[in-house]
Amino acid sequence: MANIVEVKKAYKFYGGTTALDFIDLDIKKGNIVGLLGPNGSGKTTLLKVIANVIHPESGEIFVDGKKVGIETRKIVSYLPDNDFLLKWMTLNNAIKFYEDFFEDFSKEKMMDLLNFMELDGKLAIKVKDLSKGMREKFNLSLILARDAEVYLLDEPIGGVDIITRDNILESIINTFVEGKTIIITTHLVSELEKILDEAVFIKDGKIILQGNCDDLRMEYGTNIEGVYRQVYRGV
Amino acid sequence: MNFDENTPIYLQISNLIKIGIVQGKYNPGDKMPSVRELSTELKVNPNTIQRAYSEIDKEGILYTKRGMGTFVVEDLKIIEGLKVNMAKTTVEKFLDEMDSLGISTEEIVEIIKELRRD
Repeated sequence: MANIVEVKKAYKFYGGTTALDFIDLDIKKGNIVGLLGPNGSGKTTLLKVIANVIHPESGEIFVDGKKVGIETRKIVSYLPDNDFLLKWMTLNNAIKFYEDFFEDFSKEKMMDLLNFMELDGKLAIKVKDLSKGMREKFNLSLILARDAEVYLLDEPIGGVDIITRDNILESIINTFVEGKTIIITTHLVSELEKILDEAVFIKDGKIILQGNCDDLRMEYGTNIEGVYRQVYRGV
Repeated sequence: MNFDENTPIYLQISNLIKIGIVQGKYNPGDKMPSVRELSTELKVNPNTIQRAYSEIDKEGILYTKRGMGTFVVEDLKIIEGLKVNMAKTTVEKFLDEMDSLGISTEEIVEIIKELRRD
């Protein structure tokens, strides 16, 4: 199977430390991939260089065989881990903004997602007036409503209640189309167990283990959370 | 559906499907739910469902018609064989536990007879 994302010897100095340490990573097309690691391991920085919102000091990144840039941004849908919408916007404004900005944005898919997220009655409300959980659901909906090749989701379930989390995970599975690729960062490993095809473990800006989740369960005789413990604590 | 995440999820799903076939939830010749349907129902990644289907396909219990979907084989002998195999696996597990308790085959038979009487 072809690689949809290739990171070659990427080095990035960020926030006063080495965030990516000549990292190499290949991601196969058509998988839901978990990018796992403790805080400060380089997960967010890695997503950012793939999304082309920051640039590595050295190394190269390819998406669908093309060097990252304007062209690859059109096929990458990126959910940052912070609020990215302007506070004064209503949900309707934000949807219109996305519709104008991204050719592959589907209003119909967006409405289905909002219906599923139970946000369809809140379109006239301002983004700043949503609760944290609602905001996360809304932000994710905007990202998933695009018909991209690669979805990069930075901590989509961080800091939300369990019902919202289930809601979010279900919407990710339901919108996952054959041949598309989703990369999700998280430190909440157990919540993502059932939806991941592949796990990538990152530590100090390097990949230390990568594999199919079911193969890893077989090899380690434990769940992905157990593998995580072994990898990071050596137990 | 809760899975035991310590063992591969695709194996648990293929087991679940086989139980369904033995129980007659899915009959010979029946069309199985699509990967997408099962993925939504079990809240599991569709690739994992696909892998489970391929696994049972390899064992000759399901087959895929291009563009039509996945079906249960019509051959009743194969399904009978599956039933016996699954029973054997369950009994083997049971016998391992009995062995670890140091209970002899004669004693096991006695216990079964006693419990089955009522």
